[in-house]
Parts: sequence; C-alpha cells; structure tokens
Amino acid sequence: MIGYTSEETKVKRSRYTTVSIPITLYNRIKDMIKDTGFTSVSQFVTYVLREIIADMEREKLESETISEDEKKRILDRLRRLGYL
Amino acid sequence: MVSRPHGYKLVDRVIEDPKRRERILEEARELMRIELNEGLAADVVNIAHGVYSPLEGFLVQEDYIHVLYDMRLSNDIPWTIPIVLDVDPEEIAGVKEGDYVALSFRGRIIAIMRVEEIYGWDKKEYCEKVYKTCSIEHPGVFKTMRRKELLIGGPIDLLNDIPEPFEKYRLWPKETRVLFQAKGWRRIAGFQTRNVPHLGHEYVQKATLTFVDGLFINPLVGWKKPGDFKDEVIVKAYEVLIRNYYPRDSVVFSVLRMEMHYGGPREAVHHAIVRKNFGCTHFIVGRDHAGVGNFYGPYEAWELFKEFPDLEITPLFIREAFYCRKCGGMVNEKICPHDERYRYRISGTKLREMIRERRSIPEYIIRPEVAEVVFSFDNPFVE
Repeated sequence: MIGYTSEETKVKRSRYTTVSIPITLYNRIKDMIKDTGFTSVSQFVTYVLREIIADMEREKLESETISEDEKKRILDRLRRLGYL
Repeated sequence: MVSRPHGYKLVDRVIEDPKRRERILEEARELMRIELNEGLAADVVNIAHGVYSPLEGFLVQEDYIHVLYDMRLSNDIPWTIPIVLDVDPEEIAGVKEGDYVALSFRGRIIAIMRVEEIYGWDKKEYCEKVYKTCSIEHPGVFKTMRRKELLIGGPIDLLNDIPEPFEKYRLWPKETRVLFQAKGWRRIAGFQTRNVPHLGHEYVQKATLTFVDGLFINPLVGWKKPGDFKDEVIVKAYEVLIRNYYPRDSVVFSVLRMEMHYGGPREAVHHAIVRKNFGCTHFIVGRDHAGVGNFYGPYEAWELFKEFPDLEITPLFIREAFYCRKCGGMVNEKICPHDERYRYRISGTKLREMIRERRSIPEYIIRPEVAEVVFSFDNPFVE
C-alpha cells in the first residue's frame, strides 16, 4: 500500500502550533531580541525551549549501561587492534 | 565524559545471539529480498551499530518530511540528512505494510526489515531541500535523481556485517565510547575527512588538540565522486602522518563506511551528529565543510549550527589555514598580520593538479612521507 505522496503530505502536515505566554513577557522578549540574530519572539522562545528541554531530558536519563562482560570483550578487541 | 548518544539512546539492532540469529536467517531466506548497493548496505550496518542513533531503521514518511523541511525528526530531535531506502515498485510487488523483507548485499542476507510504510517521494523536492539546488552538476543531485521511485521505512535488525577492507580500523560507537573512557579522555574532538592530509589539516587538528584530551580522526570510506582520493590512499597517508607526527596517546584513527552526499551545511551537522554518537564532545567544522564546487558559501555550515542549540556537541569553527612566508609556518587570518604576498593557500584542486602531474610538492604543503604514499599509487584518485 502506498502512503501519501509528498505533495499530499505538504497539505496535510502542520508544522506549528500556538502556545500562550503573558503579554508582558512577550513584550519584554520583543524588546530584548532587538538587534540580535532572532527575527521573532517565536523563534527566540523555540530556541530557548529546545535548550531547556535537552537539559531536562539529559538529566532524566540514567547513565548508560553496558555490561561488564561486553566491556571486557570490547577492551580485548581494542587491545588486539593496538588501540590500547 | 564522552558525549551522550544523540536522542539519548545508543541504538543496538545487531542480532548477537547465535541461535536467534540462525533462526531469523533461516526465516529470512523465505522473505522477499531487496538487494542493496554499497551505500545502502553501509546505512543498514550504521543504523544497527548506533552510528545513526536514534534511528532504528530507514525513515518513515512523517520523519522524512520533518527532516526535509525542519531538519528534525518528528520527535524534534535534530536530523539533517534523510536516511532513506529507495526501491522499485516491482522489487516489492506484493509487500504490504507490516510485512518483513530481507535486505541483502552482494547476494548475502545482511538484515531483515519490518516495512512500516511504503511511500512516494519527490526527488526534486529532496534536492532543493537537502542540496539547495537541482543542478545536475551537483554530485548529490546527480545521484539522487537516479534513485528508485518509492521509499520504504521501518526498523531493521542486522544479521551479518558487510565486509570491510580496513577491518582493523573499523570501530563502532560502543567501542569508541569504551576506548575514550579507557584512555581517560573527557573532551574528544571529531575530525571528518575525505582527503589526504596536508599541512592545513594538520594545523587544524593540532590546534584543536591543544585544547581537548583526544582527537578522533574519522575519514569516510565508500563512494565518492570522481577526482576524490581513493580510500586506500587516505588510510595509508594518515598511517604515516600519525606514525611520524602525532603523539600516539592523543589520537584515535578509525574509518567510517558512509557515503558522501556533498550536502554542505546540512551534511556538516549530520557529520557532527554521527561523531557525537561515537562519543565526541566537539566537532571540527572547517571551511566549506562537505561542500562541492561553488554550491555553498565557505562558512555557510557555521551559520547552520546556530539553529541547533540542542545539538549537544560543540562545533569548533576553525578558519582556513595557510602558510605564511613571513610567519614561517601555518597560520590563519586571526593570527597572521601579513598580506597576501606572503601567504600560500593550499587549494585541494591545486594539490590534486600537482599530484596528477607528478610534480614535487613543497614540504610546507604536504609532509614528505604523505607525498611518498600518494605517489606510490599509479592513480590515487577515484575515476
């Protein structure tokens, strides 16, 4: 079964949604981003949120798990290849 | 500490257990088979070993469209180059979404794939977005326009690795992560290349090494456009360069089988993401990174990185190095006060011309040991 063609998808997909922020904050950001690289409040808010969400997601995750056996196997191979 | 994998999960879709692998292989022989070219086979292996984390397979349409338009997956994780599997309709005749297919390379089954979606694509739209051009002069466009009509997306499971002529230099992210930790490196800079190293590259690498614990030199092997250096020339050239001019404990050299797209800025970000999965905390982005001809501005890639505050690998923007006769060494515009009369810029085109004409290359351009390697080949270039 063939899915949507690219053209159909362009019509169907929506790339943005709306969130509300206090007007006072909006105005404050608007003033602050003047003469910076940000061209709109939305662009600034997206940038900041992405930075924060990445931090939060990172903290939420536990440290990487790799079994001791596997680590030993990897270290053996690395020694054999001359990396260690 | 090594970098976290992109999307926080190092993908591992390698079927390791021998009994399970044998059983799946047996079943796979009964499935419809799709024969892959070298580039796609390399993509399958890279997905399975986590090089493309968080991808677990080829892109489904929603992700594909988001990558094309937003340079992000549908879950908002940055991703700039679509990893897609193209097929002809007759190749998958009778295959429905939800079915499994076998993926083979040179006649040998390497993986199975659950077909989540089959969809059409507009190659021109792809080229406009990824390459910012539809000119057939662009090697990426040229290749894309010859790809097949449909895309299939879905997760893969690897049963067999593909052969690697440079096996002793093939490392996977899981291995480099253990290696960097074993070496006690906390800050690791990745260096992407498809060239024989000249003094400009060496300058950039060593300038970086001054500030980080380790350097991960990771040339791409696999398809490249005619006129680029052959893989074995690049590998041998780096062998002699590292042996003679680099502190052994500060450098890891490993190859990555992945095709060049020549996608300029987008591909620079892609290269950074891939090296993040290998554990790099920093990534060197040079002049006209992954560019070709005059399709991209010399520092356009630097600008694109600004759109990704959540990339979590630090790009190191290092200016083009040149030799200054007055300074008596390799320098860059920020540190050299002299004018153009004293500067010699190492142009790749010029260097290739000198090699083709078998002219001796000055030592301020290329190390004699590297020159010796290059000239030991009848033709060091891809035809």
